[in-house]
Amino acid sequence: MNGVGKIIRISGPVVIAKDMHGAQMYELVKVGEEKLFGETIGIESDKATIQVYEETSGMRPGETVERTGKPLSVELGPGIVGQIYDGIQRPLTSIQELVGPFFQRGVTIPAIDRKKKWEFTPADVKVGDRVAEGDVLGTVPETPLVTHKVMVPPGLRGRVKSLAKEGAYTVEEDIATLETEEGLVGLQMAQFWPVRRARPYKTKLPSTTPLLTGQRIIDTFFPMAKGGQGSIPGGFGTGKTVMLHQLAQWADSNIIVYVGCGERGNEMAEVLERFPKLEDPRTGKPLMTRTILIANTSNMPIAAREASIYTGITIGEYFRDMGYDVALMADSTSRWAEALREISGRLEEMPGEEGYPAYLASRLSEFYERAGRVQVLGSTPRIGSISVVGAVSPPGADFSEPVTQNTLRIIKVFWGLDKALAERRHFPAINWLTSYSLYYDSLEEWYSKKLGLDWSSLRGEALSLLQQEEELQEIVRLVGPDALSESQRVILEGAKMIREDFLMQSAYHPIDSYCSIEKCYYMLKVILKFYERMKAAAERGVLIKEILALPVVEEIARLKLVPVDQAEKVCKETEAKMVEQFENLYASGGRGTA
Amino acid sequence: MSKALLTGKEYATLTEISGPLLFIERTSGIAFGEVVKVRTPDGEERSGQVLEVGEDMAVVQVFEGTSGLDVSKTTVRFTGETLRFPVSVDILGRIFDGSGKPVDGGPEIIPEDELDIHGAAINPYSRAFPSEFIQTGVSSIDGMNTLVRGQKLPLFSGSGLPHNLVAAQIARQAKVLGKEEEFAVVFAAMGITSDEARFFKEDFEKRGAIDKVVMFFNLADDPAIERLITPRLALTASEYLAFQNDMHILVILTDMTNYAEALREISAAREEVPGRRGYPGYMYTDLATIYERAGRIHGKKGTITQMPILTMPHDDITHPVPDLTGYITEGQIYLERALYMKGIYPPINVLPSLSRLMNEGIGRGKTREDHRQVADQLYYAYAEGRSLRELVAVIGEEALTERDRRYLQFADRYEREFVNQGVYENRDIEKTLDIGWDLLAALPEGELKRIDPQNIKKYHPKYRGKVEA
Ligand SMILES: Nc1ncnc2c1ncn2[C@@H]1O[C@H](COP(=O)(O)OP(=O)(O)O)[C@@H](O)[C@H]1O
Ligand SMILES: [Mg+2]
Repeated sequence: MNGVGKIIRISGPVVIAKDMHGAQMYELVKVGEEKLFGETIGIESDKATIQVYEETSGMRPGETVERTGKPLSVELGPGIVGQIYDGIQRPLTSIQELVGPFFQRGVTIPAIDRKKKWEFTPADVKVGDRVAEGDVLGTVPETPLVTHKVMVPPGLRGRVKSLAKEGAYTVEEDIATLETEEGLVGLQMAQFWPVRRARPYKTKLPSTTPLLTGQRIIDTFFPMAKGGQGSIPGGFGTGKTVMLHQLAQWADSNIIVYVGCGERGNEMAEVLERFPKLEDPRTGKPLMTRTILIANTSNMPIAAREASIYTGITIGEYFRDMGYDVALMADSTSRWAEALREISGRLEEMPGEEGYPAYLASRLSEFYERAGRVQVLGSTPRIGSISVVGAVSPPGADFSEPVTQNTLRIIKVFWGLDKALAERRHFPAINWLTSYSLYYDSLEEWYSKKLGLDWSSLRGEALSLLQQEEELQEIVRLVGPDALSESQRVILEGAKMIREDFLMQSAYHPIDSYCSIEKCYYMLKVILKFYERMKAAAERGVLIKEILALPVVEEIARLKLVPVDQAEKVCKETEAKMVEQFENLYASGGRGTA
Repeated sequence: MSKALLTGKEYATLTEISGPLLFIERTSGIAFGEVVKVRTPDGEERSGQVLEVGEDMAVVQVFEGTSGLDVSKTTVRFTGETLRFPVSVDILGRIFDGSGKPVDGGPEIIPEDELDIHGAAINPYSRAFPSEFIQTGVSSIDGMNTLVRGQKLPLFSGSGLPHNLVAAQIARQAKVLGKEEEFAVVFAAMGITSDEARFFKEDFEKRGAIDKVVMFFNLADDPAIERLITPRLALTASEYLAFQNDMHILVILTDMTNYAEALREISAAREEVPGRRGYPGYMYTDLATIYERAGRIHGKKGTITQMPILTMPHDDITHPVPDLTGYITEGQIYLERALYMKGIYPPINVLPSLSRLMNEGIGRGKTREDHRQVADQLYYAYAEGRSLRELVAVIGEEALTERDRRYLQFADRYEREFVNQGVYENRDIEKTLDIGWDLLAALPEGELKRIDPQNIKKYHPKYRGKVEA
């Protein structure tokens, strides 16, 4: 029997209750007459401090607090994929059915449909076999893109006493019984896991494969690794959300978990409206069938916002444990940190930098540490990964603030968004001079194998052109463009081509939105070839103006819009035309002599 | 409302008054967030709300301020109610004060319902993504930062800039093409001058729209803390009209900077750890509970479009009020002093402006197929022109190339011909895009890389009318 306490103080989402002997940290409790969900976040003798996941107005001291004896957990099993949940995994679809379009308090709905039957196919396991945590007992075709693996939960081992035959079962029916040291244990397709505890795995492995995103600047210059940790900070309107939506759409991942944490309601509506209509470029299946949305928007209760990223990553870990590549996006971790700050403030804790609690840094790194490529539990080897990308929303776009700074200390990929680029509508507004990926070196082998040994030198040359451009621009700003030599102007024109014809990529153009890594390679090659020829021609005295008037220049600018499957062909044709046009330029006597 | 007022517990146990806050002891059974009626020593009644409760204490914020209150004779009655606003369609055409009391001398409003002014959050799953183009008749908005129905798009302005003229012009001209529905306007003033309030009132009256307007006035000399509830009253009225009566509502909230100051005042009185520039750390979330009350909902005919106005202290866009607003709203329209000084009206600088929902509202069948590309090209050219302007300031115009000079001229013409327009000039979207094309035509055609060749052939003045559509 769990105890019942009494509310003695209410301040927004924070409630203090007495008579809470035996309460545990992070225990799930039901607060007040309406039995609103809450979580114990502080204990002092018999007093517990509770963060409540719903609005507390109307609640009075004296109302009860019921303990559940269980930590805040998510329910894991078939039926999660394609769903949209709030920060504590309540399905928003069912909430709408129950109470209409406006939220009401005190709604309790299971995360997974209890009545739906799933087609279960047992794995190659026989009665009498010994099985242990992570072993697959059977599979369920959850969506056209996801085969759900029903696994022995962590911490459990035993002999199979019975195993369900192929057939349709609900998530609550026993599909197996294990004889364990503690006796018989029935296993169902659904299991629970506390959100604040990372799910266990065997070993962490190095990240050696890129998480391809279809975004040229990322895949070419600053790649993410499968199992990596990345961050995309930027002021408002610089393109964080669009980029995370792009990743959710195009990342070559088996599962996408998108956490809308304290951001706009319409952005979730946008995903819900667009994703079901979009196809996975690799399989042609609807993208929504690999996606899980967690939506705790800015106007929803902040305690549930705080929980939302944990709900998201725990779901991610569960699919990782099946041996899948999972990518999680959190938009925005700053709103999560603000929720932490607000609750900490109500607890009257000693504030750290800018009012954030002193444990901000450790909470952030605990979260990002849950990313990784791992050997998952189970007797047969499987590898799974979770890649995590968090948006950061620095006040005043000033990256020196605590959330950005603490994040930068952890993550390995930094895509720094630049307000000046966004104002000029250069998108993605990722600054190519300040951004970095610490994974590039370990991914280089993959790229060389996939694209050829010249990849790294092409990439290096392009980056160096952009670097030189910056230095030359400095001169222009001081003394004007007249001061530049002809060869320096060639560099500026080459860099401009890379910026405008390669790095700029419209998320809204049906073709440009996604670019395969092969297309990146061919495009980059043509552009750099053009640059080489331009340089050579200029050295021979041809006017840059004449070179830029070649028809091929416009063709290069439109390569972005060539469909992925024609990119190789078109790029090669463009290259041939380029050679010809340069020859003609020399032949026509230009300035240079052939 | 009246019934609740007669009941409730009354206390004379005030122990402390601090700024807008009252601390009351020996209370029991007080609900968090409930409405409080405070009786002053000379019999006046004020209202407030419970901010924090304990077993035997409560902290109350008083909306009309605490001047004239004392700890011995002031009494406090807890009503057991949350803050509610009585609604009916008869509120159309009416004027209320910042606490929701009618101040126009009109007949009493017989409420059809009394709604909690804090509203309830819209389930994100229930939202319909906004996509209907609103033609405001203002080129720098329609052409470059298109507004759609259900969007929240603020004006970022500065003191002395003509944001009121712009807002009134938008309210006058806004319409969804091809639809008959007009907008009803819900107008909430927080701390603006009576001149400004009069300007809006007269503008609505002049065009005979006053019976499709609901106004809430908290003026500069009205109690500051009341500003915390004024926008919520307006949004409650809006939600009622939009989602229960199928109307399309345009909400104008002005000035959100004054709202934020009231929030800061409460936070300081509670001795909370201050965030940036003294504003509370939860200001983002608080503002979101206002701005997120806009949108469209599946299955509902009505919509709420929000146009908050805020003045940026020192024209600083990184100030917490514009900054947090920009993080919540779906873009911003940025009014710039330099353009204003040049005599450009509306002085909208499109570069720091943004409409995040533009893409859904434009294109073939909505505005015109070339809209996106024309806007992109205009952006590119204007940004180029403006950065050259800065360069010229340092190195002089002689050093520029021929191409650069063209861009410099483009930027000037763009401001004078595209951005600049009359206060009563209502340009349709075709006109706006055509002006854009006329300006682009002054650039070499090879520069128009953002535009598809077919669109150039179809819309470029050089070819216009010469090629089959
Ligand atoms: N890759 C992109 N392609 C085209 N437009 C973009 C791109 N990224 C951002 N934008 C533009 O910038 C706007 C703001 O982007 P968003 O991701 O919402 O910013 P943030 O989340 O940083 O506030 C978008 O509405 C869109 O107009
Ligand atoms: Mg965003």
